[in-house]
Amino acid sequence: MPQTRYVIIGSSHAGLSAVEAIRLTDRDNPVFLLTQEDTLPYSPTILPYVVSGEADPEKIFLKDEDALKGSGVVYRRGEKVVGLDLHARSIILKSGEILDYDKLLLATGAAPVLPPVEGLEGVSCHVLRTLEDALGLRRAMEGSRSAVVLGGGLIGMHAAENLHKGGLKVTLVEALDQILPGYFDREAAGLIRDIFRENGIEVLTGSVVTRVFEDRGRCIVSLDSGEERTADLLLVATGVRPRIGFLTGSGIDAEEGVLVDERMRTTHPDVWAAGDVAQAPDFFDSGKKRIHATLVNAVEQGRIAGMDMAGDEALVPHPGGIAMNTYRFFGHRAFAVGLGGENSGELSPHHLVEKTGPRYRKIVLQGGRLVGASGINDGMDPGIIAELIRRKIPLQGLEERFISDPLGTGRVLMSRTWR
Amino acid sequence: MTGNGYRTIAFYPDRCDGCNLCVEACAEHHAGSKEAVHSRIRVCGDEEGRYTGIALCRQCSMPRCAMNCPAGALSKDPETGVVCWDEEKCVGCLLCTLTCPYGGIVFNAASGRVMKCDFCGGRPACVEACTRGALELKRGADLYNAWGDLEDLVVPGISACLGCNSELLLRHTLRRIGPNVVLATPPGCIAGVGAVGVNGKTAVKTPVFHPLLTNTASMLAGARRYYNRIGRDVTMLALGGDGGTADVGFQSLSGAAERGEQMIYICVDNEGYMNTGVQRSGTTPFGAWTSTTPVGSVLRGKTREAKPLPLLMVMHNCEYVATACTAFMEDYYEKLEKAIEASKKGMAYIHVFSPCPTGWRFPPGKLIEAGRKAVQTNIVPLWEFELKTGRIRFTYPVDDPLPVQEYLSLIGKFRHLDEEQIRLIQEQTERKIQILKAFTKEGRDGDETRVEGVGS
Repeated sequence: MPQTRYVIIGSSHAGLSAVEAIRLTDRDNPVFLLTQEDTLPYSPTILPYVVSGEADPEKIFLKDEDALKGSGVVYRRGEKVVGLDLHARSIILKSGEILDYDKLLLATGAAPVLPPVEGLEGVSCHVLRTLEDALGLRRAMEGSRSAVVLGGGLIGMHAAENLHKGGLKVTLVEALDQILPGYFDREAAGLIRDIFRENGIEVLTGSVVTRVFEDRGRCIVSLDSGEERTADLLLVATGVRPRIGFLTGSGIDAEEGVLVDERMRTTHPDVWAAGDVAQAPDFFDSGKKRIHATLVNAVEQGRIAGMDMAGDEALVPHPGGIAMNTYRFFGHRAFAVGLGGENSGELSPHHLVEKTGPRYRKIVLQGGRLVGASGINDGMDPGIIAELIRRKIPLQGLEERFISDPLGTGRVLMSRTWR
Repeated sequence: MTGNGYRTIAFYPDRCDGCNLCVEACAEHHAGSKEAVHSRIRVCGDEEGRYTGIALCRQCSMPRCAMNCPAGALSKDPETGVVCWDEEKCVGCLLCTLTCPYGGIVFNAASGRVMKCDFCGGRPACVEACTRGALELKRGADLYNAWGDLEDLVVPGISACLGCNSELLLRHTLRRIGPNVVLATPPGCIAGVGAVGVNGKTAVKTPVFHPLLTNTASMLAGARRYYNRIGRDVTMLALGGDGGTADVGFQSLSGAAERGEQMIYICVDNEGYMNTGVQRSGTTPFGAWTSTTPVGSVLRGKTREAKPLPLLMVMHNCEYVATACTAFMEDYYEKLEKAIEASKKGMAYIHVFSPCPTGWRFPPGKLIEAGRKAVQTNIVPLWEFELKTGRIRFTYPVDDPLPVQEYLSLIGKFRHLDEEQIRLIQEQTERKIQILKAFTKEGRDGDETRVEGVGS
């Protein structure tokens, strides 16, 4: 193995997954793993559970010092990267230190974006992206009786539920006319919204915030309907943006995120990108590059980047990002994989909706193959559904049976490839 | 170096009848109830009543579920290999269920938590409950370690054709039998790949000699008798082709078997004279093309069926007779073991099906697949005969064989077959299985019952 110095910026799922993949091929060369936070590696996905108290903030870490050292990782916390010099193959840290690399992985993730709402800059608001944010929000909950959450994505929905369970009166405001649009269609999103409402959370969809201001320590949110909501606590969860500021002028091509190919290579041969920072080919539209900012994609992309960095011959290029997630709320469970969200167009989906329960199932087929499925309280193996889609496994005349029994039929179809 | 073997649960769909005892046992063990909702194992059955697999945790070496767990609640135990779920750490996000393609970690609607196989602390209840042997507890690296530690008695770089079965067979056979051996290889592929060597150098690290095609068994018999006289227990091993065994060498083999000479005689059956220009032999199967059974406007390959050599050897009252195939290496090793023991008393004969990419015209990469399909179609049934029981036992019973076409279509020498020939081969295959079955315990007991029934 030639001497190679790996540097990975970002220590969450994409970075950790890359480390494991590198170590399968290259046991010896040093890996530098950098994080700007002052903690051990953890997952942003755990943060809503830290807020709710279901996860002990002391026990959320994915690796400890010994495990990192054991796999030959030099872990450096509190190191913010401010620049990249492709020519010299080095990164510049905030401390002024220059760190050389042979192979560099950008896994810096994404940061919350505040929407352009008048007055928002002037009020104190919370976001939920780091452990510090989560602990801050938890502390703020204690002295608060009401909260407004901006944004009906997964983070906003999770947070609204947790704030409600913490005893606060909660209003959730979403500018689009449905919640969770990336994953669920209007009907499924409506069922979820209704459950939130039944539990006493006010959910306002199609509602735009026009102005935010503070009055006697409380936050007033003005809506385009002319109404106002007053809250002790304001949480903004309207979206995230890749952390690519330090790449400005470096020569790495980026649009929304860092542009990568199916091997997670950027436009520069010594630099890879993976996770929420990467804008990668889409599974259903290979000409398009998109950001699928999910944990599952971060793990997969990190693995591929690591394999490619270490020259692993077993690498199979990434088939493209697929939107997928699971979601639990008020004792219910939901999942979505692939096409079928509100913006995926007409694909003649097969529906099963029972308002009671509630129960919801949607299966989207295209050309004898599964391209999407989602469910609320529905028995399917999400992992098998995802694999059937990813491998483009033909249903071979089992379409009808699959629609009526996706669990059993999915297992039979997959089991033919298991042995 | 030996690897660490983790245990795993193997599933044999042919043996499963869908009784769901495993499902009940799992639920009972984990939840004290037989309700399937609590079971970590599920049998997948299709509409035709075939069992295709089990939805069960595979205890992956790089578990995707663990890589995707945001709470660090899933991890692989380096001691046991079990992918462990930490109930305390789990926050119930269900992301693990989104990443497992085996249905190995699932949501339990009754408990509201995810659940997965934990191996029941080492003695899985499902395996113990299965009455048909469809579930077996195996250790992944057991065989690898057992065989890997044995000395390879063949030098690197022998001169076999690309994809040749002989090298695989020669290396593994000598590994298992060990250096206390005299090897005889008559003219044929085993000798040709370098076992007897050129210019005074041989490719094997054991004593080896090169008899004539006609006298392999008699020369080995003589060598063994000499060693017996001087009081040394040395294994006599023949690796002969089908020509040197079934045809030209059969007289001396038959004589040695009849006299009960102590040796292991292995016939490497590549169904013809493959190293001299692909001529037909007594074991070339019906319909096969060879250079002396051509395919043209009149002839359509061989017109006669293969000699049933292994059965002929059973009729010689050999101590041990078996058929084998390198696509089923575990089975072959077990048979070698029995052959070594049997050869201390008399003749042990193993007939190894040995597909030949060069002479049979199929891609070298398909060797193992050809072996598997031959067995799964019942063209090459795997069985053994022990004189002490007087019965044949199928070591890989194929109750639901694939159509013979699935094997024939892989092999170039059968490419010309028409529907009628394929139908005949299917019939011959079924007839041969029926004959073999008559020699099994079930077949014999069945006959006795019938005879008694007639008498009373």
